Amino acid sequence: MSCINVSNQKELEEIAEKLGKLVNSGDVICMVGDLGAGKTTFIQALAIGLGVKDYVTSPTFTLINEYEGRIPLYHFDVYRINHIDEMENLGYEEYFYGDGVCAIEWADLIKDILPYDYLWIEIKITGAESRQICFIGTNDYYREIAGELLEK
Amino acid sequence: MITNFKQEDIITLAIETSCDETSASILKNGREVLSNIINSQIEQHKKFGGVVPEVASRRHIENINDVIEEALTVADVSFADLTHVGVTHGPGLVGALLVGLSAAKAIAFAREIPLNGVNHIEGHIYANFIEHKQLGPPFISLVVSGGHTHLVYMEDYGKYEVLGRTRDDAAGEAFDKIARALGLGYPGGPQIDRIAKEGNPDAIVFPKAYLEEGSYDFSFSGLKSAVLNYLNTQKMKGLDISTADVAAGFQKAIVDILIEKTIKCALEKGANRVVLAGGVAANSSLREQLRTECEKNNIDLKYPPLHLCTDNAAMIGCLAYYNYIRGLRSSLDLNAISNLKMGDNY
Repeated sequence: MSCINVSNQKELEEIAEKLGKLVNSGDVICMVGDLGAGKTTFIQALAIGLGVKDYVTSPTFTLINEYEGRIPLYHFDVYRINHIDEMENLGYEEYFYGDGVCAIEWADLIKDILPYDYLWIEIKITGAESRQICFIGTNDYYREIAGELLEK
Repeated sequence: MITNFKQEDIITLAIETSCDETSASILKNGREVLSNIINSQIEQHKKFGGVVPEVASRRHIENINDVIEEALTVADVSFADLTHVGVTHGPGLVGALLVGLSAAKAIAFAREIPLNGVNHIEGHIYANFIEHKQLGPPFISLVVSGGHTHLVYMEDYGKYEVLGRTRDDAAGEAFDKIARALGLGYPGGPQIDRIAKEGNPDAIVFPKAYLEEGSYDFSFSGLKSAVLNYLNTQKMKGLDISTADVAAGFQKAIVDILIEKTIKCALEKGANRVVLAGGVAANSSLREQLRTECEKNNIDLKYPPLHLCTDNAAMIGCLAYYNYIRGLRSSLDLNAISNLKMGDNY
Protein backbone atom coordinates (compact mmCIF):
# COMPACT_ATOMS: atom_id res chain seq x y z
CA MET A 1 0.00 0.00 0.00
CA SER A 2 1.26 3.48 -0.82
CA CYS A 3 -0.18 6.59 0.76
CA ILE A 4 -0.19 10.33 0.31
CA ASN A 5 -1.27 13.05 2.73
CA VAL A 6 -3.36 15.98 1.57
CA SER A 7 -4.05 19.03 3.68
CA ASN A 8 -7.27 20.20 2.04
CA GLN A 9 -10.07 19.34 -0.38
CA LYS A 10 -8.36 21.03 -3.32
CA GLU A 11 -5.33 18.73 -3.06
CA LEU A 12 -7.61 15.69 -2.88
CA GLU A 13 -9.47 16.87 -5.97
CA GLU A 14 -6.22 17.38 -7.90
CA ILE A 15 -5.26 13.75 -7.36
CA ALA A 16 -8.72 12.53 -8.30
CA GLU A 17 -8.86 14.67 -11.43
CA LYS A 18 -5.47 13.31 -12.48
CA LEU A 19 -6.85 9.78 -12.00
CA GLY A 20 -9.78 10.72 -14.24
CA LYS A 21 -7.30 11.51 -17.02
CA LEU A 22 -5.39 8.23 -16.53
CA VAL A 23 -8.21 5.66 -16.39
CA ASN A 24 -9.27 3.56 -19.34
CA SER A 25 -12.33 1.68 -20.52
CA GLY A 26 -13.14 -1.26 -18.21
CA ASP A 27 -11.27 0.09 -15.16
CA VAL A 28 -12.68 -0.47 -11.68
CA ILE A 29 -11.99 2.03 -8.88
CA CYS A 30 -12.96 0.98 -5.36
CA MET A 31 -13.49 3.73 -2.79
CA VAL A 32 -13.58 3.19 0.95
CA GLY A 33 -13.64 5.56 3.92
CA ASP A 34 -16.00 6.77 6.65
CA LEU A 35 -19.11 8.88 6.07
CA GLY A 36 -17.83 12.38 5.26
CA ALA A 37 -14.30 11.24 4.33
CA GLY A 38 -14.67 12.55 0.79
CA LYS A 39 -15.52 9.54 -1.39
CA THR A 40 -18.16 11.41 -3.38
CA THR A 41 -15.92 14.49 -3.59
CA PHE A 42 -13.13 12.31 -4.97
CA ILE A 43 -15.40 10.79 -7.62
CA GLN A 44 -16.74 14.23 -8.58
CA ALA A 45 -13.19 15.38 -9.32
CA LEU A 46 -12.44 12.10 -11.10
CA ALA A 47 -15.48 12.82 -13.31
CA ILE A 48 -14.04 16.23 -14.22
CA GLY A 49 -10.84 14.50 -15.28
CA LEU A 50 -12.97 12.18 -17.42
CA GLY A 51 -14.62 15.15 -19.09
CA VAL A 52 -18.06 14.65 -17.55
CA LYS A 53 -20.08 17.86 -17.94
CA ASP A 54 -23.09 17.00 -15.73
CA TYR A 55 -23.14 17.37 -11.92
CA VAL A 56 -22.07 14.17 -10.21
CA THR A 57 -24.52 13.83 -7.33
CA SER A 58 -24.68 11.26 -4.57
CA PRO A 59 -26.17 8.00 -5.91
CA THR A 60 -27.46 6.96 -2.48
CA PHE A 61 -31.03 7.17 -3.80
CA THR A 62 -30.66 5.36 -7.12
CA LEU A 63 -27.53 3.31 -6.21
CA ILE A 64 -26.01 3.73 -9.66
CA ASN A 65 -25.64 6.94 -11.65
CA GLU A 66 -24.33 6.92 -15.20
CA TYR A 67 -22.47 9.80 -16.84
CA GLU A 68 -21.07 10.48 -20.28
CA GLY A 69 -17.45 11.51 -20.41
CA ARG A 70 -14.42 10.67 -22.55
CA ILE A 71 -15.58 7.17 -21.60
CA PRO A 72 -18.76 6.44 -19.58
CA LEU A 73 -18.58 6.72 -15.79
CA TYR A 74 -20.67 4.39 -13.63
CA HIS A 75 -20.90 5.77 -10.11
CA PHE A 76 -22.03 3.24 -7.48
CA ASP A 77 -22.93 3.77 -3.84
CA VAL A 78 -23.48 0.35 -2.27
CA TYR A 79 -23.83 1.57 1.31
CA ARG A 80 -27.38 0.28 1.55
CA ILE A 81 -26.62 -3.15 0.14
CA ASN A 82 -27.21 -5.79 2.80
CA HIS A 83 -26.59 -8.89 0.78
CA ILE A 84 -24.59 -9.64 -2.36
CA ASP A 85 -27.75 -11.00 -4.04
CA GLU A 86 -29.07 -7.46 -4.12
CA MET A 87 -26.26 -6.49 -6.49
CA GLU A 88 -27.46 -9.11 -8.96
CA ASN A 89 -30.81 -7.33 -9.17
CA LEU A 90 -28.98 -4.17 -10.16
CA GLY A 91 -27.33 -6.01 -13.04
CA TYR A 92 -23.89 -5.06 -11.74
CA GLU A 93 -22.02 -7.40 -14.13
CA GLU A 94 -23.01 -5.31 -17.12
CA TYR A 95 -21.27 -2.38 -15.48
CA PHE A 96 -18.25 -4.13 -13.95
CA TYR A 97 -17.41 -5.86 -17.22
CA GLY A 98 -18.68 -3.06 -19.48
CA ASP A 99 -17.00 -0.31 -21.46
CA GLY A 100 -16.99 2.44 -18.86
CA VAL A 101 -15.12 3.20 -15.66
CA CYS A 102 -16.77 1.93 -12.46
CA ALA A 103 -16.23 4.02 -9.33
CA ILE A 104 -17.70 2.18 -6.34
CA GLU A 105 -18.27 3.84 -2.96
CA TRP A 106 -18.22 1.47 0.04
CA ALA A 107 -16.62 -1.23 -2.13
CA ASP A 108 -15.58 -3.15 1.02
CA LEU A 109 -19.23 -4.22 1.38
CA ILE A 110 -19.23 -6.12 -1.92
CA LYS A 111 -15.68 -7.53 -1.93
CA ASP A 112 -16.90 -11.01 -2.89
CA ILE A 113 -18.15 -9.94 -6.28
CA LEU A 114 -15.50 -7.43 -7.30
CA PRO A 115 -13.55 -8.27 -10.47
CA TYR A 116 -10.13 -9.88 -10.04
CA ASP A 117 -8.25 -6.64 -10.63
CA TYR A 118 -9.01 -3.12 -9.45
CA LEU A 119 -7.55 0.01 -7.91
CA TRP A 120 -8.39 0.22 -4.20
CA ILE A 121 -8.47 3.71 -2.69
CA GLU A 122 -8.91 4.33 1.00
CA ILE A 123 -9.48 7.82 2.39
CA LYS A 124 -8.74 8.33 6.08
CA ILE A 125 -9.86 11.37 8.00
CA THR A 126 -6.79 12.85 9.71
CA GLY A 127 -8.23 16.27 10.57
CA ALA A 128 -11.10 18.61 9.73
CA GLU A 129 -9.70 19.26 6.22
CA SER A 130 -6.76 16.88 5.99
CA ARG A 131 -6.91 13.32 4.65
CA GLN A 132 -4.61 10.40 4.02
CA ILE A 133 -5.26 8.68 0.70
CA CYS A 134 -3.93 5.14 0.26
CA PHE A 135 -3.76 3.14 -2.97
CA ILE A 136 -3.53 -0.58 -3.61
CA GLY A 137 -3.26 -1.81 -7.20
CA THR A 138 -3.90 -5.53 -7.70
CA ASN A 139 -1.80 -5.76 -10.86
CA ASP A 140 1.00 -3.87 -12.63
CA TYR A 141 -1.44 -1.74 -14.59
CA TYR A 142 -3.14 -0.38 -11.47
CA ARG A 143 0.15 -0.17 -9.53
CA GLU A 144 1.53 2.03 -12.30
CA ILE A 145 -1.49 4.33 -12.07
CA ALA A 146 -1.09 4.49 -8.29
CA GLY A 147 2.59 5.37 -8.76
CA GLU A 148 1.70 8.29 -11.02
CA LEU A 149 -0.84 9.59 -8.53
CA LEU A 150 1.76 9.67 -5.78
CA GLU A 151 4.05 11.96 -7.78
CA LYS A 152 3.32 15.53 -6.87
CA MET B 1 -70.24 0.99 -14.85
CA ILE B 2 -70.58 1.20 -11.10
CA THR B 3 -70.22 4.94 -10.57
CA ASN B 4 -71.99 7.45 -12.75
CA PHE B 5 -69.53 9.20 -14.97
CA LYS B 6 -70.16 11.45 -17.92
CA GLN B 7 -69.09 10.11 -21.28
CA GLU B 8 -66.33 12.73 -21.57
CA ASP B 9 -64.90 12.17 -18.08
CA ILE B 10 -61.32 10.95 -18.00
CA ILE B 11 -60.88 8.27 -15.36
CA THR B 12 -57.20 7.72 -14.64
CA LEU B 13 -55.57 4.84 -12.82
CA ALA B 14 -52.16 6.03 -11.60
CA ILE B 15 -49.34 3.90 -10.23
CA GLU B 16 -46.20 4.98 -8.34
CA THR B 17 -43.39 2.61 -7.27
CA SER B 18 -40.21 4.68 -7.61
CA CYS B 19 -38.90 4.16 -4.08
CA ASP B 20 -40.46 3.22 -0.73
CA GLU B 21 -44.16 3.30 -1.47
CA THR B 22 -46.36 1.09 -3.56
CA SER B 23 -49.23 3.40 -4.45
CA ALA B 24 -52.25 3.40 -6.75
CA SER B 25 -54.87 6.08 -7.24
CA ILE B 26 -58.03 6.71 -9.22
CA LEU B 27 -58.69 10.26 -10.41
CA LYS B 28 -61.52 11.90 -12.27
CA ASN B 29 -60.44 14.58 -14.74
CA GLY B 30 -57.02 14.96 -13.17
CA ARG B 31 -57.80 16.89 -10.03
CA GLU B 32 -60.54 14.93 -8.30
CA VAL B 33 -59.03 12.07 -6.30
CA LEU B 34 -61.46 9.16 -5.88
CA SER B 35 -58.90 7.01 -4.06
CA ASN B 36 -55.20 7.18 -3.18
CA ILE B 37 -53.85 3.99 -1.62
CA ILE B 38 -50.33 4.03 -0.22
CA ASN B 39 -48.69 0.88 1.04
CA SER B 40 -45.54 2.10 2.74
CA GLN B 41 -42.42 0.05 3.18
CA ILE B 42 -40.98 2.39 5.77
CA GLU B 43 -41.47 -0.11 8.60
CA GLN B 44 -39.54 -2.63 6.54
CA HIS B 45 -36.70 -0.21 5.82
CA LYS B 46 -36.41 1.08 9.39
CA LYS B 47 -34.46 -2.05 10.30
CA PHE B 48 -31.82 -1.14 7.72
CA GLY B 49 -31.73 2.63 8.14
CA GLY B 50 -32.63 3.37 4.54
CA VAL B 51 -34.08 2.09 1.30
CA VAL B 52 -32.88 -1.38 0.44
CA PRO B 53 -33.27 -1.91 -3.30
CA GLU B 54 -33.84 -5.63 -3.23
CA VAL B 55 -36.38 -5.36 -0.42
CA ALA B 56 -38.01 -2.45 -2.27
CA SER B 57 -38.60 -4.29 -5.54
CA ARG B 58 -39.66 -7.55 -3.91
CA ARG B 59 -42.18 -5.80 -1.68
CA HIS B 60 -43.56 -3.84 -4.62
CA ILE B 61 -44.27 -7.12 -6.43
CA GLU B 62 -46.04 -8.50 -3.36
CA ASN B 63 -48.11 -5.33 -2.92
CA ILE B 64 -48.92 -4.06 -6.38
CA ASN B 65 -52.03 -6.09 -7.22
CA ASP B 66 -53.61 -5.59 -3.80
CA VAL B 67 -52.94 -1.87 -3.90
CA ILE B 68 -54.50 -1.47 -7.38
CA GLU B 69 -57.48 -3.61 -6.32
CA GLU B 70 -58.02 -1.48 -3.24
CA ALA B 71 -57.76 1.75 -5.22
CA LEU B 72 -60.53 0.50 -7.53
CA THR B 73 -62.72 -0.69 -4.66
CA VAL B 74 -62.41 2.52 -2.61
CA ALA B 75 -63.17 4.63 -5.71
CA ASP B 76 -66.04 2.29 -6.60
CA VAL B 77 -64.65 1.91 -10.10
CA SER B 78 -64.09 -1.20 -12.23
CA PHE B 79 -61.35 -1.85 -14.79
CA ALA B 80 -63.99 -1.23 -17.47
CA ASP B 81 -64.53 2.34 -16.21
CA LEU B 82 -60.88 3.30 -16.69
CA THR B 83 -60.09 5.48 -19.68
CA HIS B 84 -56.43 6.25 -19.00
CA VAL B 85 -53.34 4.93 -17.17
CA GLY B 86 -50.54 7.04 -15.67
CA VAL B 87 -47.31 5.72 -14.17
CA THR B 88 -43.95 6.90 -12.85
CA HIS B 89 -41.13 5.73 -15.12
CA GLY B 90 -38.29 7.69 -13.50
CA PRO B 91 -36.27 8.82 -11.71
CA GLY B 92 -35.93 6.14 -9.04
CA LEU B 93 -34.67 2.64 -8.40
CA VAL B 94 -34.92 0.73 -11.67
CA GLY B 95 -36.06 -2.55 -10.08
CA ALA B 96 -38.79 -0.75 -8.15
CA LEU B 97 -39.94 1.38 -11.10
CA LEU B 98 -40.26 -1.67 -13.35
CA VAL B 99 -42.88 -3.25 -11.08
CA GLY B 100 -45.29 -0.33 -11.39
CA LEU B 101 -44.46 0.22 -15.04
CA SER B 102 -45.17 -3.41 -15.97
CA ALA B 103 -48.52 -3.35 -14.17
CA ALA B 104 -49.49 -0.07 -15.86
CA LYS B 105 -48.52 -1.31 -19.32
CA ALA B 106 -50.41 -4.58 -18.83
CA ILE B 107 -53.62 -2.74 -17.87
CA ALA B 108 -53.30 -0.18 -20.68
CA PHE B 109 -52.71 -3.00 -23.18
CA ALA B 110 -55.52 -5.23 -21.92
CA ARG B 111 -58.07 -2.40 -21.72
CA GLU B 112 -56.80 -0.72 -24.90
CA ILE B 113 -56.56 2.66 -23.20
CA PRO B 114 -53.83 5.33 -23.45
CA LEU B 115 -50.75 5.29 -21.22
CA ASN B 116 -48.70 8.21 -19.92
CA GLY B 117 -45.33 7.58 -18.29
CA VAL B 118 -44.35 10.58 -16.18
CA ASN B 119 -41.50 12.09 -14.19
CA HIS B 120 -41.67 11.59 -10.43
CA ILE B 121 -40.18 15.00 -9.55
CA GLU B 122 -42.73 16.80 -11.76
CA GLY B 123 -45.40 14.72 -10.03
CA HIS B 124 -44.50 16.23 -6.66
CA ILE B 125 -45.34 19.71 -8.00
CA TYR B 126 -48.73 18.47 -9.26
CA ALA B 127 -49.69 17.35 -5.74
CA ASN B 128 -50.42 21.05 -5.27
CA PHE B 129 -52.98 21.08 -8.11
CA ILE B 130 -55.00 18.42 -6.31
CA GLU B 131 -55.19 20.43 -3.12
CA HIS B 132 -55.53 23.91 -4.60
CA LYS B 133 -58.19 23.63 -7.30
CA GLN B 134 -57.59 27.06 -8.85
CA LEU B 135 -53.80 26.88 -8.82
CA GLY B 136 -51.96 26.97 -12.13
CA PRO B 137 -48.64 28.10 -13.55
CA PRO B 138 -46.60 30.28 -13.69
CA PHE B 139 -44.77 29.93 -10.38
CA ILE B 140 -41.46 28.98 -8.77
CA SER B 141 -41.42 25.53 -7.22
CA LEU B 142 -39.01 24.18 -4.65
CA VAL B 143 -39.04 20.36 -4.85
CA VAL B 144 -37.25 18.81 -1.89
CA SER B 145 -37.24 15.10 -1.10
CA GLY B 146 -35.00 12.18 -0.18
CA GLY B 147 -33.60 11.92 -3.67
CA HIS B 148 -34.08 15.40 -5.13
CA THR B 149 -33.57 19.11 -4.53
CA HIS B 150 -34.80 21.20 -7.46
CA LEU B 151 -35.65 24.85 -7.87
CA VAL B 152 -37.91 25.07 -10.90
CA TYR B 153 -39.68 27.82 -12.81
CA MET B 154 -42.91 26.32 -14.14
CA GLU B 155 -44.04 28.63 -16.91
CA ASP B 156 -46.92 26.50 -18.15
CA TYR B 157 -48.12 22.90 -17.98
CA GLY B 158 -45.22 20.76 -19.18
CA LYS B 159 -42.94 23.77 -19.51
CA TYR B 160 -40.19 23.88 -16.91
CA GLU B 161 -36.93 25.65 -16.44
CA VAL B 162 -34.70 23.99 -13.85
CA LEU B 163 -32.94 26.96 -12.24
CA GLY B 164 -31.08 25.13 -9.53
CA ARG B 165 -30.46 21.65 -8.22
CA THR B 166 -28.16 19.92 -5.80
CA ARG B 167 -24.58 19.31 -6.81
CA ASP B 168 -24.06 16.50 -4.31
CA ASP B 169 -26.53 15.25 -1.69
CA ALA B 170 -30.30 15.84 -1.81
CA ALA B 171 -31.73 17.77 1.17
CA GLY B 172 -33.71 14.75 2.38
CA GLU B 173 -30.66 12.53 2.04
CA ALA B 174 -28.66 14.91 4.25
CA PHE B 175 -31.46 14.66 6.83
CA ASP B 176 -31.29 10.84 6.66
CA LYS B 177 -27.51 10.69 6.99
CA ILE B 178 -27.33 13.11 9.93
CA ALA B 179 -30.26 11.37 11.66
CA ARG B 180 -28.33 8.13 11.38
CA ALA B 181 -25.15 9.74 12.79
CA LEU B 182 -27.26 11.04 15.70
CA GLY B 183 -28.85 7.64 16.21
CA LEU B 184 -32.35 8.95 15.44
CA GLY B 185 -33.55 6.35 12.94
CA TYR B 186 -35.26 6.39 9.54
CA PRO B 187 -36.75 8.34 7.90
CA GLY B 188 -34.48 11.08 9.19
CA GLY B 189 -36.53 14.16 8.28
CA PRO B 190 -39.45 13.75 10.71
CA GLN B 191 -37.06 12.63 13.49
CA ILE B 192 -34.83 15.69 13.16
CA ASP B 193 -37.85 17.97 12.79
CA ARG B 194 -39.26 16.60 16.04
CA ILE B 195 -36.12 16.74 18.18
CA ALA B 196 -34.96 20.10 16.73
CA LYS B 197 -37.99 21.71 18.40
CA GLU B 198 -36.34 20.99 21.77
CA GLY B 199 -32.97 22.43 20.72
CA ASN B 200 -31.43 25.85 20.23
CA PRO B 201 -30.81 26.43 16.49
CA ASP B 202 -28.12 29.01 17.27
CA ALA B 203 -26.18 26.97 19.83
CA ILE B 204 -23.98 25.42 17.16
CA VAL B 205 -23.54 27.27 13.89
CA PHE B 206 -22.88 25.03 10.91
CA PRO B 207 -21.58 26.45 7.63
CA LYS B 208 -23.94 27.14 4.72
CA ALA B 209 -22.73 26.67 1.17
CA TYR B 210 -23.99 29.54 -0.98
CA LEU B 211 -21.82 28.53 -3.96
CA GLU B 212 -20.81 31.15 -6.50
CA GLU B 213 -22.66 34.47 -6.77
CA GLY B 214 -25.95 34.17 -8.61
CA SER B 215 -26.12 30.37 -8.49
CA TYR B 216 -29.37 28.71 -7.49
CA ASP B 217 -27.70 25.33 -7.07
CA PHE B 218 -27.42 23.67 -3.69
CA SER B 219 -24.66 21.76 -1.93
CA PHE B 220 -25.24 19.87 1.29
CA SER B 221 -22.25 17.56 1.48
CA GLY B 222 -20.06 20.20 3.17
CA LEU B 223 -22.72 20.71 5.82
CA LYS B 224 -22.95 16.95 6.35
CA SER B 225 -19.15 16.77 6.83
CA ALA B 226 -19.21 19.74 9.23
CA VAL B 227 -21.82 18.04 11.43
CA LEU B 228 -19.90 14.73 11.37
CA ASN B 229 -16.67 16.59 12.21
CA TYR B 230 -18.37 18.32 15.11
CA LEU B 231 -19.68 15.00 16.46
CA ASN B 232 -16.22 13.39 16.12
CA THR B 233 -14.41 16.28 17.78
CA GLN B 234 -16.81 16.35 20.73
CA LYS B 235 -16.44 12.60 21.18
CA MET B 236 -12.63 12.73 21.06
CA LYS B 237 -12.58 15.52 23.64
CA GLY B 238 -14.99 13.53 25.80
CA LEU B 239 -17.53 16.38 25.69
CA ASP B 240 -21.29 15.99 25.84
CA ILE B 241 -23.33 16.24 22.65
CA SER B 242 -26.76 17.83 22.73
CA THR B 243 -28.63 15.90 20.06
CA ALA B 244 -31.41 18.50 20.07
CA ASP B 245 -28.99 21.40 19.52
CA VAL B 246 -27.13 19.58 16.74
CA ALA B 247 -30.43 18.70 15.04
CA ALA B 248 -31.70 22.27 15.39
CA GLY B 249 -28.46 23.83 14.11
CA PHE B 250 -28.25 21.42 11.18
CA GLN B 251 -31.91 21.92 10.24
CA LYS B 252 -31.53 25.69 10.42
CA ALA B 253 -28.56 25.60 8.04
CA ILE B 254 -30.54 23.58 5.46
CA VAL B 255 -33.80 25.48 5.84
CA ASP B 256 -32.12 28.92 5.71
CA ILE B 257 -30.36 28.18 2.47
CA LEU B 258 -33.42 26.61 0.82
CA ILE B 259 -35.52 29.63 1.71
CA GLU B 260 -32.97 32.29 0.78
CA LYS B 261 -32.42 30.83 -2.67
CA THR B 262 -36.13 30.27 -3.30
CA ILE B 263 -37.09 33.83 -2.40
CA LYS B 264 -34.20 35.32 -4.35
CA CYS B 265 -35.16 33.21 -7.34
CA ALA B 266 -38.84 34.26 -7.16
CA LEU B 267 -37.92 37.94 -6.94
CA GLU B 268 -35.51 37.72 -9.83
CA LYS B 269 -38.03 35.87 -12.02
CA GLY B 270 -40.78 38.28 -10.98
CA ALA B 271 -42.89 35.34 -9.85
CA ASN B 272 -45.44 36.25 -7.20
CA ARG B 273 -46.11 32.66 -6.22
CA VAL B 274 -44.00 29.90 -4.69
CA VAL B 275 -45.09 26.27 -4.59
CA LEU B 276 -43.43 23.85 -2.19
CA ALA B 277 -43.33 20.13 -3.03
CA GLY B 278 -41.75 16.80 -2.06
CA GLY B 279 -41.30 14.86 1.17
CA VAL B 280 -39.18 17.53 2.86
CA ALA B 281 -42.09 19.97 2.30
CA ALA B 282 -43.55 18.22 5.37
CA ASN B 283 -40.80 19.78 7.53
CA SER B 284 -42.51 22.20 9.92
CA SER B 285 -39.58 24.59 10.21
CA LEU B 286 -39.32 24.89 6.40
CA ARG B 287 -43.07 25.56 6.07
CA GLU B 288 -43.25 28.15 8.83
CA GLN B 289 -40.15 30.10 7.90
CA LEU B 290 -40.92 30.04 4.20
CA ARG B 291 -44.40 31.37 4.94
CA THR B 292 -42.91 34.24 6.96
CA GLU B 293 -40.40 35.13 4.24
CA CYS B 294 -43.02 34.91 1.48
CA GLU B 295 -45.36 37.22 3.39
CA LYS B 296 -42.54 39.74 3.83
CA ASN B 297 -42.04 39.79 0.07
CA ASN B 298 -45.72 39.70 -0.97
CA ILE B 299 -45.35 36.25 -2.46
CA ASP B 300 -48.22 33.76 -2.33
CA LEU B 301 -47.15 30.39 -0.92
CA LYS B 302 -48.81 27.06 -1.61
CA TYR B 303 -47.90 23.63 -0.30
CA PRO B 304 -49.65 20.27 -0.33
CA PRO B 305 -51.24 18.66 2.74
CA LEU B 306 -48.93 16.21 4.53
CA HIS B 307 -50.42 13.09 2.90
CA LEU B 308 -49.65 14.45 -0.58
CA CYS B 309 -46.08 15.57 0.28
CA THR B 310 -44.65 12.09 0.44
CA ASP B 311 -44.69 9.74 -2.54
CA ASN B 312 -48.21 8.91 -3.72
CA ALA B 313 -49.94 7.92 -6.96
CA ALA B 314 -52.55 10.71 -6.96
CA MET B 315 -49.93 13.33 -7.87
CA ILE B 316 -48.68 11.03 -10.64
CA GLY B 317 -52.24 10.71 -11.95
CA CYS B 318 -52.74 14.46 -11.97
CA LEU B 319 -49.54 14.98 -13.99
CA ALA B 320 -50.40 12.09 -16.34
CA TYR B 321 -53.82 13.69 -16.93
CA TYR B 322 -52.30 17.04 -17.91
CA ASN B 323 -49.80 15.31 -20.21
CA TYR B 324 -52.68 13.36 -21.75
CA ILE B 325 -54.82 16.42 -22.50
CA ARG B 326 -51.75 18.09 -24.01
CA GLY B 327 -51.76 15.22 -26.50
CA LEU B 328 -48.82 13.24 -25.14
CA ARG B 329 -48.93 9.42 -25.23
CA SER B 330 -46.40 6.80 -24.15
CA SER B 331 -45.87 3.66 -26.16
CA LEU B 332 -45.95 0.19 -24.62
CA ASP B 333 -42.18 -0.15 -24.96
CA LEU B 334 -41.74 2.64 -22.38
CA ASN B 335 -38.77 1.90 -20.13
CA ALA B 336 -37.81 2.76 -16.54
CA ILE B 337 -35.13 5.45 -16.47
CA SER B 338 -33.29 5.79 -13.15
CA ASN B 339 -31.93 9.28 -13.84
CA LEU B 340 -34.83 10.71 -15.89
CA LYS B 341 -34.47 14.49 -16.23
CA MET B 342 -37.31 16.99 -15.79
CA GLY B 343 -38.95 17.99 -19.04
CA ASP B 344 -38.11 14.70 -20.79
CA ASN B 345 -41.39 13.29 -22.06
CA TYR B 346 -41.90 9.89 -23.58
